Amino acid sequence: MSPLSWNLILALVWAAITGNFSGANLLVGFGLGYLILGFALRDVPDFARYREKMPRVLMLLTHFLRDLLVSNLRVAYDVLTPTHYMRPAVVAVPLRAKTDGAITILANMISLTPGTLSLDVSSDRSVLYLHVMYLDNEDDLRKQIHKLEDRVLAVLE
Amino acid sequence: MINDLLVSVMMVAGTFFMFLAGIGVLRMPDLLMRLHATTKAGTLGAGLVMLAVATHFLDAGVTARTLAIILFILLTAPVAAHAIGRAGYFVGVPLWDKMLKDDLKDRYDPDTHILHNPDDDKNP
Repeated sequence: MSPLSWNLILALVWAAITGNFSGANLLVGFGLGYLILGFALRDVPDFARYREKMPRVLMLLTHFLRDLLVSNLRVAYDVLTPTHYMRPAVVAVPLRAKTDGAITILANMISLTPGTLSLDVSSDRSVLYLHVMYLDNEDDLRKQIHKLEDRVLAVLE
Repeated sequence: MINDLLVSVMMVAGTFFMFLAGIGVLRMPDLLMRLHATTKAGTLGAGLVMLAVATHFLDAGVTARTLAIILFILLTAPVAAHAIGRAGYFVGVPLWDKMLKDDLKDRYDPDTHILHNPDDDKNP
């Protein structure tokens, strides 16, 4: 069984023992289960990898939520003020992610973050075409996507 | 008390972002930028309202459902935007004339459905 299902079982056990199946208590159980698995089974490779992966998932989520908020404020400003400050462009960004899952997650996250919208992937999967709302500097954009890709790949691999 | 305040703030912010999404559809100059306005502001707006609902009821069943709704909005909104944007682009919907550059131009072959990458230009 995978480490994640063990962790979920521990969360359920915790909820059963404390007699409270509320969402918050299940989360507490999941956190405790994670700590126990990470400590007790730190010598088992699968579980060691799981322990390292969990913080990365959280990192990805928090960065994602922050980006979502920032992107909205910038678009909001442009929608509400009379002048358009947009500098739109369609840009090709090289892809390192090769699997369907990784490309899908990356493209979805790009669509939901600051001023970028994924349009298409080239047929050989080497390039992702993005529509950018504010193209200030193309290299900065590439670096930003690169960083996001790193975080997605860190979670998936 | 503090719970009510939190609920009100999230409700107002959520509806505000959805309102912005609507205005964005009217005000943005072309299809792709309208999609920017609706995907992001719409997602955040609906997500905030759902969070407000969860905070108001503080009930496991309601929270589970709101989280499921948020998850599905996060999954479907960008996919829909991608599909509409891609279709619109290839069908030839006119784009804003102030576009700075367009890397995708002439890279798609409607007959073979092959989308080339920029390197193909150098060695076709």
